[in-house]
Amino acid sequence: MLGHVAVRLAQSLVVMLVMSALVFVGVYAIGNPIDVLIGPDVSQELRLQTIARYGLDQPLWQQYFTFLGRVLHGDFGRSFVFGIPVMDLILSRLPATLELTLAAVCGAALVGIPAGIYAGYRPNSLPARAIMTLSILGFSVPTFWIGLVLIMAFAVQLQWLPAGGRGETVSLFGVPWSFLTLDGLNHLLLPALNLSLFKLALMTRLARAGTREAMLSDTVKFARAAGLSEWTVLRRHVLRLIAIPLVTVFGLEFASTLAFAVVTETIFSWPGIGKLIIDSIQSLDRPVMVAYLMLVSFVFIAINFLVDLAYVGLDPRLRKGGAR
Amino acid sequence: MKDASPAARFWAEFCESKVAVVALAVVVLMIGIAVLAPLVAPQDPYDLANLALSDARRAPGFVGEGGYTHWLGTDAQGRDLLSAILYGLRISLEMGLVAGAFAFALGVTLGIGAAYIGGRWEAFIMRVIDLQLAFPAILLALVLSALLGQGKLQLIAALAAAQYAYFARAAHGAASAERGKDYVEAVLSTPLPGWRVVWRHIFPNCLPPLIVVATVQVANAIALEATLSFLGVGLPVTEPSLGMLIANGFQYMLSGRYWISFYPGIALIILIVAINLVGDRIRDQVNPRLKR
Repeated sequence: MLGHVAVRLAQSLVVMLVMSALVFVGVYAIGNPIDVLIGPDVSQELRLQTIARYGLDQPLWQQYFTFLGRVLHGDFGRSFVFGIPVMDLILSRLPATLELTLAAVCGAALVGIPAGIYAGYRPNSLPARAIMTLSILGFSVPTFWIGLVLIMAFAVQLQWLPAGGRGETVSLFGVPWSFLTLDGLNHLLLPALNLSLFKLALMTRLARAGTREAMLSDTVKFARAAGLSEWTVLRRHVLRLIAIPLVTVFGLEFASTLAFAVVTETIFSWPGIGKLIIDSIQSLDRPVMVAYLMLVSFVFIAINFLVDLAYVGLDPRLRKGGAR
Repeated sequence: MKDASPAARFWAEFCESKVAVVALAVVVLMIGIAVLAPLVAPQDPYDLANLALSDARRAPGFVGEGGYTHWLGTDAQGRDLLSAILYGLRISLEMGLVAGAFAFALGVTLGIGAAYIGGRWEAFIMRVIDLQLAFPAILLALVLSALLGQGKLQLIAALAAAQYAYFARAAHGAASAERGKDYVEAVLSTPLPGWRVVWRHIFPNCLPPLIVVATVQVANAIALEATLSFLGVGLPVTEPSLGMLIANGFQYMLSGRYWISFYPGIALIILIVAINLVGDRIRDQVNPRLKR
């Protein structure tokens, strides 16, 4: 088992290295950063000086290694727009996004999995059909439009909830959080709901498909024959059988939710990294773009790795160091 | 029934689901009115001579200067919203279909090519594709369209690059299964060139799962384009797709003028839901596990 973990860790590191090269080439080689940094009316001398200062006169591979060396020390350079180190900028915005994403993914799992298990347990009942129809809708309706409709309904017409911002925050471990105050929770509710709908549909469909298959399995047949109550069968056996695909999706979706937060944060003016990346794309703030992409890649790869470890915990066959 | 062609049988089976038939009709209808938009729209929304600022931001049902009844209201420039939606539908559909076609061509070539060649190249290509699939398409499209700049071609490239991997994986899966079958072995033993074996024998047998992926991906491309245009990194303002219409109405929503964003969104959703329902039906049809 330890060997399995080591191999996976090595693979993850290689992928991370490849991603860093792609991001570097993508952001720095496409388009010309010199034009952004230097006005067209500067003297030739100053121009060359600036190019040399940023190391842009070096060959690309050398620039990449310089970049890599600095990244390993946590240095992503300074934001062209804010003028502060990119790392500080991102770290100051990250908690808001983490809070939103966690609220959305957990909400989707807490509602979606039971709904899906129910729909798979009684596939022909009326509520099950309603759940499935709603899930197709959840898949199809673009996130940004749902966000607009939520604002229209709950903020403008009913005036129950605020339309944007984080509201009152409380500092915990030196980081501001919204979910600890009533006002903050009010502000969190709509964006989290908006972000969770797509995941909710996905988890529901997945849980339903898994449950339908599990209900036909021998495990369930024998558990029933052993006289276990339906509730126990569902909780102890079906839930365990469908856990692996659900954990995979939960992990991967958490990462893709980080990306989707871009849309939700823009609509609800939520001050997270999603809003930051959109702003920096519009102002061509390359260091911020690079740092954001590296961070998201890192989160992706880390989650993939953790999901793999979770498999080992969930599937006894893998724990014994056998198949794969 | 026995002697009907496969296509006719497929069609008859498709028609057994009423929901799917209605959805298909909706898709065809929407493509029809999008193509014919200049003929069926009550107003040419981008002819400035038609617009009067006094008509701007009027509620649905308002009768404007030109004597039109604006059934869905007007936008900030006094444009008839229904006409703007019909023209927007045209652009959204065009982007979705063209990007989908490019993604299809690229992904299927790579996927089937990898399965046909096999060996190290296959492993390498599929590794790269798996890696890409781990990343959300929206992030990729967002970054690419930001790097490539605004424009129709740039956006099509960004969308196709974000989506081809789904086609490649499906094509690779189907082609690997076909590759091992006897008929392929038989064709390979003839002196036919490799491309012909791939194109005339393997490719047609991989089509059913690819059609499913294609419907879903066209719907996704349309939604993705709308999202990017909404975020301001998609199409330039001269190409007002549905996403841009929604974005333009966003600022008026907080003052209660909901229709400028709301109705283009409804049109977008009807289109996407209808395409997805058609795709769902075809998926059920080609899924051997559900065969009676």
